[in-house]
Amino acid sequence: MSTLEIKDLKVSVETEDGPKEILKGVTLTIGDGETHAIMGPNGSGKSTLAYSIAGHPKYTITGGSVTLDGEDLLDMTVDERARAGLFLAMQYPVEVPGVSVANFLRTAKTAIDGEAPKLRTWVKDVNGALERLNLDPSFSQRSVNEGFSGGEKKRHEMAQLELLDPKVAVLDETDSGLDIDALKIVSEGINRFREREGKGVLLITHYTRILRYVQPDRVHVFVDGRVAESGGAELAEELEANGYDRFIKAAAV
Amino acid sequence: MTATVETVRDALELDKIESHLHPEGSFDVEAHEVPTGREEIWRFTPLKRLKGLHSDVELVAGPLSVTFDLPDGVRNPVVEGDSLKGVSGYVPTDRIAARALAAAPSTNTITIPADTVVDRPIAVTVRGDGGGQAIAQHLVVTAEPHSKATVVFRFAGSATLADVIEIVVGDGAQLTVVNIDDWDDDAVRVGHRYVSVGRDASFKHIDITFGGDVVRNDTTATYAGPGGEAEMLGLYFADAGQHIEHRLFVDHTAPKTKSNVVYKGALQGEGAHTVWIGNVLIRKVAEGIETYEENRNLVLTDGCQADSVPNLEIETGEIEGAGHASATGRFDDEQLFYLRSRGVPEAEARRLVVHGFFNDLIRQIHVPELEEELFATVEAELAKNVLKAN
Ligand SMILES: Nc1ncnc2c1ncn2[C@@H]1O[C@H](COP(=O)(O)OP(=O)(O)OP(=O)(O)O)[C@@H](O)[C@H]1O
Ligand SMILES: [Mg+2]
Repeated sequence: MSTLEIKDLKVSVETEDGPKEILKGVTLTIGDGETHAIMGPNGSGKSTLAYSIAGHPKYTITGGSVTLDGEDLLDMTVDERARAGLFLAMQYPVEVPGVSVANFLRTAKTAIDGEAPKLRTWVKDVNGALERLNLDPSFSQRSVNEGFSGGEKKRHEMAQLELLDPKVAVLDETDSGLDIDALKIVSEGINRFREREGKGVLLITHYTRILRYVQPDRVHVFVDGRVAESGGAELAEELEANGYDRFIKAAAV
Repeated sequence: MTATVETVRDALELDKIESHLHPEGSFDVEAHEVPTGREEIWRFTPLKRLKGLHSDVELVAGPLSVTFDLPDGVRNPVVEGDSLKGVSGYVPTDRIAARALAAAPSTNTITIPADTVVDRPIAVTVRGDGGGQAIAQHLVVTAEPHSKATVVFRFAGSATLADVIEIVVGDGAQLTVVNIDDWDDDAVRVGHRYVSVGRDASFKHIDITFGGDVVRNDTTATYAGPGGEAEMLGLYFADAGQHIEHRLFVDHTAPKTKSNVVYKGALQGEGAHTVWIGNVLIRKVAEGIETYEENRNLVLTDGCQADSVPNLEIETGEIEGAGHASATGRFDDEQLFYLRSRGVPEAEARRLVVHGFFNDLIRQIHVPELEEELFATVEAELAKNVLKAN
């Protein structure tokens, strides 16, 4: 089972002129096994939503709630949220010099499962995940994200998704900066995850093209820190044809 | 236009710094005034904690136990008197070095014969027994031409020590010297290492500093002929109240020579202080050289101070490459967030980041026993603080 419930979430960041409200009441429920797409223009608050759910210290929650299968995520530390089954694929994955991918993955897997993975199968699992994402096995000896190309970083995020096997994945622009081949590889990774029992996906994106490969159950248009409109796949098609103009104007009034 | 202005400014600066990098050396103690702490070379050092090494406290030869583990073929006679003092070309440029040489009644030596490859490390353990007297020591390591060896110095126990280690790397020789300062909390060491790198020789220095109240080590590399290489790697970890100071000087005195200096340090606890001075001088004759120096510090808690001063002086335009980098930072919140967002608890995430910080340096050491020991030592240092938090 996996239900991610976001209710009237309000979030602000600290600026030089005091706190600035970015999320102005976001309500969204990703039911068991569902994939939702969030689409919105630059600066509308998509990453803020993703980071706030994951617990990034930069964001202050000023109202609302986020629960995963009824458990209050906002009350948990960043690592507790991950262990509760949340995964965030970042728009800009972070470099961790001197920490090998192999060590990182094993440490994360051990933390999430509460026990070290069985050595023999684990090495196979890691190599398999890297291979399916078209990453050379030598990546496991490299430092986490260091010197990775933009596309390699995104594929590395997907390899983690596959190995860590969370309940709900929030994917923040995992599709951006990918060429068409890499986009297909990443989409296949997302689809393999969705095929598993009861997995939720919140797919944050700027462009509609990934939705050709990953069909969402629901599409939400995100403007100025709010969900402006929700619908089915047809909403994505309208966005593809007409862009965000209609929603931006509506939000401005 | 700008270029001209720069050149003029550089030329002026060179004159000035030239004198600072090359103070008139002397074996005569009285030629070096007692430092006040205002001098450029002393301004970071807590003189009050040197137990008189810098002024007039009497220096004796012991008690200090120096034990050698020598593979076959390596010679180590003790040479009485002054005959080896300055044998590498070294002339003391500060009072403590001059005092150490004047007071040491003899010289311990290690000589690796020409054309000999020594396949296991030569180990030298220097241990202080805590007796109150200040100690002077002189040591000479000679790698004769085309020899190859690794020498590991380990300093431990409690002592107040002023020492000079001269190292002569003969033509075509390959010498690795490991220095581990793993003193007790009350020890004071002011060490001087002076290395002469021969023609086409390579010298690697691995400088590890963990323990002691004050450890100040000056390390100078010069080149006796073209084609020599010096790689100087350092790793230090300063705890509350500790002062660790490294003063590096690479004097490119010959053409086609190379130097690569990388020191990394971590600091934790109130009053932990580290100093890194990286001087590189490229002389007019030193055409076609390559040099790089880098110092990085990771500040783990409040109340620490890391001073880092790289300084590159170039007297010739004909160089292959010259660069330096220096950075001091705290834990990177984004790194910690990334690791924690993968389920890794905070203390474990910090541990990973610190090991990561040192790892790429440790990987360059290529002395397997030492790599494992260092990993364990970093782990033990972390246990004192970072892993205890929360
Ligand atoms: N520290 C800050 N100070 C001021 N404004 C901030 C700060 N951090 C974020 N913002 C603002 O919050 C808004 C939302 O940013 P966010 O990164 O969530 O947008 P996004 O929808 O993910 O955009 P993109 O499509 O470019 O990734 C932006 O207008 C941004 O400038
Ligand atoms: Mg974003």
